[in-house]
Amino acid sequence: MAAGPYSEKVMDHFMNPRNVGEIDGADGVGEVGNPACGDMMRLYLKIEEGLVRDAKFRTFGCGAAIASSSMLTEMIKGKTVEEARAITNQQVAEALDGLPAVKIHCSVMAEQAVKSALDDYVKKHAG
Amino acid sequence: MTKAFFDHIATTPLDPRVFEAMRPYFLEWYGNPSSHIHSQGQAALRAVDRARAEVAALIGAKAGEIVFTSGATESNNLAVLGAAEGAGTGKRHVVVSDVEHFSVMNALIPLRNAGYEVTVLPVDGNGVVDPDAVRKALRADTALLSVMHANAEIGTIEPVGPIGRIAKEAGVTFHVDATASAGHIPMDVREIPADLVTLSAHNFYGPKGAGALYLREGTKVAPRTFGGFQEMGYRAGTENVPAVVGMGAAATLAGREMGAWAEHLTRLGKTLWDGLAAIPMLHYTGHPSERLPGHVSFWVEHVEGESLLLFLDMKGVMAASGSACSSNLRGHDEEDLVASPVLRAIGVPSDICTGSITFSLGKGNTADEVRQALDALPDIVERLRAMSPTYLDYQKRHVKGG
Repeated sequence: MAAGPYSEKVMDHFMNPRNVGEIDGADGVGEVGNPACGDMMRLYLKIEEGLVRDAKFRTFGCGAAIASSSMLTEMIKGKTVEEARAITNQQVAEALDGLPAVKIHCSVMAEQAVKSALDDYVKKHAG
Repeated sequence: MTKAFFDHIATTPLDPRVFEAMRPYFLEWYGNPSSHIHSQGQAALRAVDRARAEVAALIGAKAGEIVFTSGATESNNLAVLGAAEGAGTGKRHVVVSDVEHFSVMNALIPLRNAGYEVTVLPVDGNGVVDPDAVRKALRADTALLSVMHANAEIGTIEPVGPIGRIAKEAGVTFHVDATASAGHIPMDVREIPADLVTLSAHNFYGPKGAGALYLREGTKVAPRTFGGFQEMGYRAGTENVPAVVGMGAAATLAGREMGAWAEHLTRLGKTLWDGLAAIPMLHYTGHPSERLPGHVSFWVEHVEGESLLLFLDMKGVMAASGSACSSNLRGHDEEDLVASPVLRAIGVPSDICTGSITFSLGKGNTADEVRQALDALPDIVERLRAMSPTYLDYQKRHVKGG
């Protein structure tokens, strides 16, 4: 598939996305994007003792959006909350062996989703 | 796994008979039609003249009214810019429909910059231009009206006959972009009062790199390329002889066989339409009956277009999307990611514009290939919906509501 617009890694994560689904009673839920812009991602986090124990997602979007979502969940599982928050869209794109220029926003969506889910976590656990 | 190509609106495979007609003009007859003191040049000139007559015959024109170009984009540019300039001073108004191809729409940019006023005609939910709206838009200072014959993305055929008669009464030059329709449905300039008609060879089983612009006798068009006196002065530069020969051969085949092709495509298209009804929340786009044969376009709720097409390709089924995502994959930046202007024009909500799918069937497609697509689609839709947060919300609302 490398002859198409996407790397083999993108196609692998698109065809076999990891961690699709929901987490009941998630500690943090983040939602970013908008179907009107062509993609939307919802991320669920299970956080224990400052660690991301589990991550699941649902995404409406193109191949790059689904692959970025899948890769992100792989990258943050087992990380501390601080490490997860520090993940950048470039790191997601690099882990996918690159994205076409017009698809960089898909990796940005993944980065924003984790920040949004962690904000939700902080809000839920404040006080 | 067989590979089923359903993207004939983007391009068609070359008919082998067309290839055979072109073959001698690569190695054997390589002459320049403008240098015809010798037999090489004479052979090339005869071939180009014959092709001119063949292309003219496809649309009921005279050979002297056909100018060869490099393709539809160049023809549309020449029509729009050439006719605007050719209309002379005092005519600084251009009217186009809202669903024209980029090669018409973007040709308006330099016109606007030069102070021309542009009126864009809206279309209805089926993508049809209202002739009455044309009548109201035309003015004494209108240089050009441009309305396509059929739309590539949604398949709708425009009422170019009635629109052309209105333009004629008003004395306005009328351009018809027939790229998607030529060679597929009849188009006769003796019946449709078009002054300029764009044709593209590779859309009717001819080669890429060959197009034509029909110029009705007496239509004033200023050239856009400057050089020698090829193509009656409208298009300088040595003709692409093999491609022009191929366009002529393809035009002859289309003229002879398009009735049979249309019958075959209509039958296959109906099988596809009927089969798609099994997919819940699928919506057809374009006019239900006034459409190109074998053109099936739709969108599916909670399914993004590019993802669907990627999965279809894995199943050996090649279709296309009006989606910003896939059509602009090779764009330079995210500014290029805009929802399809055509879908926006017919009033499809923007969250759906990214999900439009076009199956454009060709004469080589078979019932088995259509079956292959219909077998693959439900699982793919199911799979993508299972991943979509919007579908999850829909299901929750649905359960709550029921």
